Amino acid sequence: MAKAVSVRGLTKAFGPRTVLDGIDLEVEPGEFVALLGRSGCGKSTLLRILAGLDREVQGRAEVPGTVSIAFQQPRLLPWRKVWKNIALGLHRPDGRAVALKALEEVRLTDHADAWPLTLSGGEAQRVSLARALVREPDVLLLDEPFGALDALTRLAMHHLVEDLWIRHKPAVLLVTHDVDEALLLADRILVLDEGRIVATHHVDLPRPRRRASVVEQRTRVLADLGVDVEEAA
Amino acid sequence: MTLSIAGVAARPKSVPPKQARKLKLPLRWISPIALVLLWQLASSTGVLSPDKLASPVTIAESAGELIADGQLGDAFAVSITRVFFGFLLGGLVGVVLGLASGLSRWGETLLDPPVQMLRTLPHLGLIPLFILWFGIGEEPKLALVASGVAFPLYLNLHAGIRQTDPGLVEAAKVLGYSRFERIVHVVLPSAVPQTLVGLRIAFGTAWLSLIVAEQINADAGLGFLINNAREFLRTDVVVVGLVVYALLGLTTDALVRLLERRVLRWQKR
Ligand SMILES: Nc1ncnc2c1ncn2[C@@H]1O[C@H](COP(=O)(O)OP(=O)(O)O)[C@@H](O)[C@H]1O
Ligand SMILES: [Mg+2]
Repeated sequence: MAKAVSVRGLTKAFGPRTVLDGIDLEVEPGEFVALLGRSGCGKSTLLRILAGLDREVQGRAEVPGTVSIAFQQPRLLPWRKVWKNIALGLHRPDGRAVALKALEEVRLTDHADAWPLTLSGGEAQRVSLARALVREPDVLLLDEPFGALDALTRLAMHHLVEDLWIRHKPAVLLVTHDVDEALLLADRILVLDEGRIVATHHVDLPRPRRRASVVEQRTRVLADLGVDVEEAA
Repeated sequence: MTLSIAGVAARPKSVPPKQARKLKLPLRWISPIALVLLWQLASSTGVLSPDKLASPVTIAESAGELIADGQLGDAFAVSITRVFFGFLLGGLVGVVLGLASGLSRWGETLLDPPVQMLRTLPHLGLIPLFILWFGIGEEPKLALVASGVAFPLYLNLHAGIRQTDPGLVEAAKVLGYSRFERIVHVVLPSAVPQTLVGLRIAFGTAWLSLIVAEQINADAGLGFLINNAREFLRTDVVVVGLVVYALLGLTTDALVRLLERRVLRWQKR
């Protein structure tokens, strides 16, 4: 079976600065991959390339299927109603019905006719997720989609994303700098540093995962990020 | 009593409670009314000569006469027509150029520099040229109004388009919008608030341009009414004309604000 994402020797420089330095990465269809790394290490750059937003690169980055993306900011069109935000670009005559169904999945049917600026941060992010998923993507790119949310909303979003992923089974590439988030959701964790993938962790814990069950592996991942938890504890 | 105090304390930033508001509106009218009374007093006692400024009562009477004999209505219609067609012409030019330079890189490269240079000219100073080019009929008046309208519309539409959040455009690209859809659903709507600012400025300059343009050799319109009255020392008619100008300006301003409220419903208030 073809890979959902296939990246080989991907290098990206902004002027003299090399941001991605020979990345090799393959993602299986339906696999959930988390990309961890410090801010500025090139995570968003990689996602933008995979989304086809940046084509001035060296090396190969192939995403054969359809791609969808959700960003840290929901990036909804404030002047279009919520349902319209989801339906636009789909080019389907039954756009509203499809949008309503997608809103049902993120439990926001009531807000279909609301203006996006009246939504809370978590609600807007759920609309953004619904908008990404309604395209039935083969690859779903999530660039720190929970980064701007409060801790409680974030927990609810973790469950929602896992649910949606299990139901639709796209390959997911989730960028985050929250180790717990990565351990709760991902099959595989990649640690990115200075434009290279410096570590890979397979997470074989059964789902649904609990916080306690991830503690042991957490220490090892954190060590790869240069954080010594023994000291912190 | 306690209840009302609690109510006030609970909404510190909201509108003042009803009673205070009821009192406030008449309070604001005290000094304007006093001024008019003072003015009337000065006129009645002969301190203020009618050659300098007619009394409020005389002005009101003249307004009634001018309306009754149709003079004001005719002048009004002529002036409105000038502004309408001048605005249409200038609006068309401003919007077409603004779209061209906002939406296309070539358009911007070719159009923006000359427009930015021309806008530094005070457009009311163009009258001598317009008279030489178009004579002294309706054309120079339309041209003056049009040039007063085109620049603010161009500048604000162009700026509005350029201010589009690149993040939204990026998202639209990944989500499969065509280029046309990106323009219609992302770029143009995000330029609307700034364009409405331009529209308001354009109406302001349109009226100003009209007033100035009607000083040149008008044989009809509000400006003619005013100039004619000046020759006969009819300060009452002059003031009536000025009041009509002011009311027209207020009306278009209110219309734009109405439009704003409709078109920008999506904005959080
Ligand atoms: N368009 C750009 N031009 C120049 N430098 C950029 C551009 N986009 C990103 N960078 C730089 O590339 C580096 C990686 O950015 P990014 O991928 O956004 O990091 P992050 O891992 O935090 O998402 C940063 O140092 C950033 O300054
Ligand atoms: Mg980033």
